[in-house]
Amino acid sequence: MGNVIAASGVASTAWLLLALPAFGALVLLVGGRRTDGWGHLLGCATIVLAFAWGLVQFLHATGLPAAQRVRNLHLFTWIPVNALQVDFGLRLDPLSLTFVLLITGVGGLIHIYSIGYMSHDRDRRRFFAYLNLFVASMLLLVLGNGFVTLYLGWEGVGLASYLLIGWYSDRPSAATAAKKAFIMNRVGDVGLALAIFILFAKLHTTQYTQVFAQAHTLSGGTLTAVALLLLLGACGKSGQFPLQSWLPDAMEGPTPVSALIHAATMVTAGVYLVARANPIYDLTSSGRLLVVVIGAITLLLGAIIGCAYDDIKKVLAYSTVSQIGYMMLAVGLGPFGYALGILHLLSHGFFKAGLFLGAGSVMHAMDDETDMRRFGGLFGRMPITAVTFGLGYLAIIGFPFLSGFYSKDAIIDAAFAEGGWRGWVFGLTAAIAAGLTAFYMTRLVIMTFFGPARWRDLKTADGRDYHPHEAPAVMTVPMIILAIGSVGAGAYLSIGDRLANWLAPSLGVLRKAEHGSLATTWVTVLTLALAAIGVIVAILVIGRRAVPVRRPEPVAWPVRAARADLYGNALNETLVARPGQWLTGALVFSDRRGVDGLVNGIAKAFGGSSGRLRRLQTGFVRSYALSMLGGSILLIAALLLVRFSG
Amino acid sequence: MSPSFYLILAALLFAIGVIGVLVRRNAIVVFMCIELMLNSVNLTLVTFARVNGSLSGQVMAFFVMVVAAAEVVVGLAIIMSIFRTRRSASVDDSNLLKY
Amino acid sequence: MLAHAALLLAANPAHPPGYIYPAETISFWILGPLSLLGALGMLFSRNAVHSALWLVLTMLSLGMMYMVQQAPFLGFVQIIVYTGAIMMLFLFVLMMVGRDASDSVVEVLRGQRFWAGVLGVGLAGLIVGIVARALATVTTANLAGPNGTNGGNVSQIGRSLFTTFLFPFELTSALLITAAVGAMVLAYTGRGAKGAKRTQRELVVARFRGEHDRPSPLPGPGVFATGNSVATPALLPDGSIAPESLSEIIEATPVEEFREDLAEVAGTNEQPDAHALVEGTQSEEEIRS
Repeated sequence: MGNVIAASGVASTAWLLLALPAFGALVLLVGGRRTDGWGHLLGCATIVLAFAWGLVQFLHATGLPAAQRVRNLHLFTWIPVNALQVDFGLRLDPLSLTFVLLITGVGGLIHIYSIGYMSHDRDRRRFFAYLNLFVASMLLLVLGNGFVTLYLGWEGVGLASYLLIGWYSDRPSAATAAKKAFIMNRVGDVGLALAIFILFAKLHTTQYTQVFAQAHTLSGGTLTAVALLLLLGACGKSGQFPLQSWLPDAMEGPTPVSALIHAATMVTAGVYLVARANPIYDLTSSGRLLVVVIGAITLLLGAIIGCAYDDIKKVLAYSTVSQIGYMMLAVGLGPFGYALGILHLLSHGFFKAGLFLGAGSVMHAMDDETDMRRFGGLFGRMPITAVTFGLGYLAIIGFPFLSGFYSKDAIIDAAFAEGGWRGWVFGLTAAIAAGLTAFYMTRLVIMTFFGPARWRDLKTADGRDYHPHEAPAVMTVPMIILAIGSVGAGAYLSIGDRLANWLAPSLGVLRKAEHGSLATTWVTVLTLALAAIGVIVAILVIGRRAVPVRRPEPVAWPVRAARADLYGNALNETLVARPGQWLTGALVFSDRRGVDGLVNGIAKAFGGSSGRLRRLQTGFVRSYALSMLGGSILLIAALLLVRFSG
Repeated sequence: MSPSFYLILAALLFAIGVIGVLVRRNAIVVFMCIELMLNSVNLTLVTFARVNGSLSGQVMAFFVMVVAAAEVVVGLAIIMSIFRTRRSASVDDSNLLKY
Repeated sequence: MLAHAALLLAANPAHPPGYIYPAETISFWILGPLSLLGALGMLFSRNAVHSALWLVLTMLSLGMMYMVQQAPFLGFVQIIVYTGAIMMLFLFVLMMVGRDASDSVVEVLRGQRFWAGVLGVGLAGLIVGIVARALATVTTANLAGPNGTNGGNVSQIGRSLFTTFLFPFELTSALLITAAVGAMVLAYTGRGAKGAKRTQRELVVARFRGEHDRPSPLPGPGVFATGNSVATPALLPDGSIAPESLSEIIEATPVEEFREDLAEVAGTNEQPDAHALVEGTQSEEEIRS
């Protein structure tokens, strides 16, 4: 860990990175309909400019000696309240700059793609405003120099994702998905907030610099608690077990949103959080172990469920869940894996964005149809999409010398390198999941692009024929760029540990274990073999038979379970929702009967007695006179008693 | 025979006036009962003046008469105006001021 | 006369200061029961006019008692002002508004009569008890001194009023003026106000609009050969009595007194014989033929 120095020169203008997309969002939201005509252009321009500015920052940083690459840009004092001093500032280091490039680069491509994809939407301007808000929030998340600024960006991302997932707000399913995403994110956010509270209570600061410098003074229990709470936040944002179920539902949003959420921004936030908090995780091996366990469970879960779905976006969504699981597993390995997690994150950013944009292109061509059983034989109709999609596919299954090969195999290798039972368990889990990934991705590609054209005999939802066609250039160009990234990024970044060395000032030097459970060569062979088996099985099972247009029912129990998301929703329902509802009901009951009962009872007692006393006011003067007389006699009698008894 | 006989008589008259106010419903009769009570008080004042050997009591009784006259004039005017609007001189009919 | 006698008696120096002459005792035992009788009569009369007259009796008795008790001025004021003026005012108002509003026998307020009686008797008992205890040992000073000097009772009261009690006296004048103005304000119904007299045309319109129970005026009293007073009921075409023709407050003449008149109107009485001069009796047909 290098020292943190104050930013100067070019770096002191780094706030423009945040300001540009935020400015775009502000103009588009405040400007309203007046900006309809050029809003999308402004949205793209701000992101592209931010990317350019990020590139300038990046090049500037590469020119600095390694010891000066972690810089802090103080902008203003945000919350000056007695002991709580929160600075609003940016932390410019290799990690954040890497994320800036990923977010603005992939985000920019998705922006450009959206011009074409959303061209028929009346509210395209508002869509771009939300996209800009999303990017701005994400940039704040990764650039912030303290946990509170990170939290601000964290919540901003949550808000923007809510707005974007629920974009088609006239569909109940979209509204429900948006709510689900928002609420499940809240669960994670509570963990993050609690972690920040604990840090403030123990260290009296929330700035990274001070927190990381003092982290070793914390007790082991506190460290583990903070690590677990941060992990909870990361699980919520990154769709990790047990909070994974919102992510596939989030496919209700427009496809560019899915690409943005799954490839470049939101789901990487959890990985970023764990990587960013590496000084804390370095100190607690139990916290790291849990991260690895969560990652392993999630990657296997995602891969299994991904095999069962017929919805192209759902398959990709569970693929994302699975791949993020790889990243979590990697960052959970500590110094052995932080850089590998980020490496996989970057390569995944390329190929998953390419895959989603390709899926979007297919949907665009197929009248927003997402059921793969209705596709088939699209290769000839949309070659560019098919080729770029195919490159992304090869990258994700770890085809030799493509991105996934370098990043994913490195993670599997690092998992085996843990040694002992952990090495075997996590390594084998990751390797098997790689095989499953190869299976479901091959299945997806075969069902979509090869085989007979099943759509010829089918009608669209509103009764028209399908006319698949290639997407316009504004959509294909980003796909081509991303495909190039999918092919080359992994090799470029990993050969000679280029990325790991670059990230060393932020994440520490990448360590390599010599004595793993299995030698690296054998790991590579095993992984490739499993992937090849997955591909072959998929070809044999799917490619050689006719794919029924209707989903086969009934099916064997593993498929049933996978179709039911391995009962993730049921688990949440049983463990959280039911007890929560029961608790709420009990509280409402006790409030109604207990608190309200007491209050209302008192009120009713007074009301009732008043109602009866009221009857004394008959309005008859003679009644009043009679009571006056009674009172007078009582007075006189009392007077006499006192006067004559004494 | 002593002056207290007058006082006892006054007490009885006063009590009769009180009962009259409570049981009679014709507002004018109620007024008469009030007059009776005033008169019985006058009788006590006169008796006390005699017992004390001072004329102040008689002057008091005189003032009571003046006030009673004023009260009767105003009271009867009120009864008349109520009668004009409500066609009734019963005190029970003016019972709007209630729950 | 009585007052003068009392004054003379009180001035006799042969008796101790608290002495009470037998004449006073006798007059008390006459006047006291009379005043009680008047009060009870007022209380129990159902007719308000009778109540007022009973009250006059009580007030007169009280005035006499004032005179006996060496307060001749007050006694005369009581008789002239109270009995003469105020009670006449009462009767006047009664005749205007309350004459037909005799109390109904039914008491609407539950327990009112019972509790009024109990409490009234209790009050009387308490006051009597007080008086009996308090005045048991007091000697009467009598007013022989004040009434015998400086021109007597009237002069002495006047002197008190215009010296010691000057300020209260002036206040009473203000009170009286206020009362007079107040009475005028309350009793006055301005021209054109709701109570103003309406023209005959307006009355007819109002009747037909349903402001009154019936569109036509009430029938006048009956006019018969034997009587045409307001107490006489008018007859309807079928010979029955029209109840509206009688005032509720006047005791109606019994119907029996008009039996002959009724029979004559109805044509059921003995008719003069039209054929008295004709020999024999003929049937109608015979005459015709």
